[in-house]
Amino acid sequence: MKKNMHPAVKRTPPTLPKAPTGITGLDEVTGGGLPAGRPTLVCGSAGCGKTMLAMEFLVRGAVEFGEPGVFMMFEENAAELTANVRSLGFDLDKLVKQKKIALDYVHIERSEIEETGEYDLEGLFIRLGHAIDAIGAKRVVLDTVEALFAGLPNHAILRAELRRLFRWLKDRGMTAIITGEKGEGNAITRYGLEEYVADCVITLDHRVTEQISTRRLRVLKYRGSAHGTNEYPFLIGERGLSVLPITSLRLDHAAPTERLSTGIARLDEMLGGQGVFRGSSVLVSGSPGTGKSSIGAAFAEAACRRGERALMFAYEESSAQILRNMRSIAMDLAPWVEKGVLQIHASRPTLQGLEQHLVAMHDTMQAFRPAVVVVDPISNLTLDRSEQEMKPMLMRLLDFLKQQQITSLFTSLTTGGNGTNAPEDSQVGVSSLMDTWLLLRNMEFNGERNRTLYVLKSRGMAHSNQVREFVLSDSGIALVDVYLGADRVLTGTARVAQAAHERSAAELRLEEHESKLRHLAAKRKAIEAQIAALNAEIEAEEAEVRFAMAQETVQEGLTQQNSATMAELRGGENTTNQRTDERKR
Amino acid sequence: MNTLTKTETFELRLYVAGQTPKSLAALANLKRICETHLAGQFQIEVIDLTKTPALAEDDQIFAVPTLVRRLPEPIKKIIGDLSNEDRVLVGLDVRPVKA
Repeated sequence: MKKNMHPAVKRTPPTLPKAPTGITGLDEVTGGGLPAGRPTLVCGSAGCGKTMLAMEFLVRGAVEFGEPGVFMMFEENAAELTANVRSLGFDLDKLVKQKKIALDYVHIERSEIEETGEYDLEGLFIRLGHAIDAIGAKRVVLDTVEALFAGLPNHAILRAELRRLFRWLKDRGMTAIITGEKGEGNAITRYGLEEYVADCVITLDHRVTEQISTRRLRVLKYRGSAHGTNEYPFLIGERGLSVLPITSLRLDHAAPTERLSTGIARLDEMLGGQGVFRGSSVLVSGSPGTGKSSIGAAFAEAACRRGERALMFAYEESSAQILRNMRSIAMDLAPWVEKGVLQIHASRPTLQGLEQHLVAMHDTMQAFRPAVVVVDPISNLTLDRSEQEMKPMLMRLLDFLKQQQITSLFTSLTTGGNGTNAPEDSQVGVSSLMDTWLLLRNMEFNGERNRTLYVLKSRGMAHSNQVREFVLSDSGIALVDVYLGADRVLTGTARVAQAAHERSAAELRLEEHESKLRHLAAKRKAIEAQIAALNAEIEAEEAEVRFAMAQETVQEGLTQQNSATMAELRGGENTTNQRTDERKR
Repeated sequence: MNTLTKTETFELRLYVAGQTPKSLAALANLKRICETHLAGQFQIEVIDLTKTPALAEDDQIFAVPTLVRRLPEPIKKIIGDLSNEDRVLVGLDVRPVKA
């Protein structure tokens, strides 16, 4: 089975040749670009970005992919168009001079035209063909061909000619974009262009929900190719269009083992001693005033110290405010900003929709190429957003960050007042996307409020299960061991008091031992004295005994001598016994 | 009666794309109309865009055949094979000779 399956996978049907657009995200959505050598219909209501999309397709094709292009416009003239796209950083004048782009403005003025008898649009074909040949074009844009319907009353001829035109473009192998105005009701285009351009249809949309406008793009149809079918938000930014794809989400990013410091030594220690993985995401959640922003700033600063670039997105404070506030905890970010290694982008979250924020973030990240990104706070971006809406957006962002190997830190405001109603419960959806989750809580006890920090989770590393007190002072950020009291952890002054208490108890014990030792030493001396006295006594007694014994020996000697003398005197054979008896008698 | 003064000449250009039936018909129709209504007061220049394609852009031509009245001003354009004489005359702003 398995053996048979592998070649089958490799033998996937040859995919349609595609022409990359170079537009951020669009190539992901379309699986590589627009159908090469075929026309694509891009339609939408007025002001939805059709012309911009078409122009960027052409410019990027000419500049990045070596495919010159012809832009044939029916509504605005070349000067107007050149001015309009200059805002995207495209210098059409230069590209025209370099023969990479040809512009042709087809001016149709209904009042100047009289129609009589049979005709065709061969003139248009000749113009287009001439422009294509002049620069060796591979791409063509017709923006928007529907103007012909307004200019020419005979729609029967026009329709036949448009059909021929699209066929002709195909025969010439042109990758073309034909723009069209959105029709009324459910009609894709006002004049039914989709009937002629059947290969690929992209619709653009510009919607306002809750006073926030969002542009969206959808690939309605892509013959012969798989494509993302969702609506994707897109933005017309300073560097052109950016489409945020989501279903192109792949879980195939690399997993580096390199570790990064969080900028707080003790926190690194808690995270297996080395900090977080490069390219991973960190969520710091906590109630107001728990020090989330400070951790974020420390994270960014650590990156700058390592010589990497850091990018901070601030949605609550201005960059000046951040610089000032961080200075109060001995963190000077200003030099990094001046050196250009730290960028702070501060904006109001309500300035634009979440999608636009994310697209803007993409844009900024792609331009700045940071190693570390801090978003403070992500929860502000999600105001009045359901989790369902929020999660995919965040997923897009995280996916992008991981693919770029950017280490990210998001702060998030939890609603749980001082941590009593389980902040873990909030943002469950968001947190599941994160690799490391730090939780900051306020402990209210003993008449004061103190910050604590612990690691709720950290994928792929041994991490501390300890609660630490998180101290912000004018000498910086510190994590301090907490003291465990009877049934709660002690923080703040209670911790200090407990420490003092423990210190004095230890001192007391030491003194006690010393006095005991002194006492013992004295006792030893007393005992030794006693022993000496007893020894002396025994020696004295012994001496007495020896004296008595000596005395007795001397006396006995004398007695014997006396007896002998007396016996001699008696001249008898008297024994000593006799003598004794005698004496008794 | 011709209302135009004798000094006023019609400078006409007919843009065609090759010798197609439509362009041949247009030229024939144009010649006939001019000779009938603008005798001695017209110049016709035929431009084949297949030979001078650059002129299509320069003169803002998209349909063929196109007849352009360059003079007298303002410029007028008539597209089609000029088979409808009345409309051609309206387009050229010429009052028909036979009322």
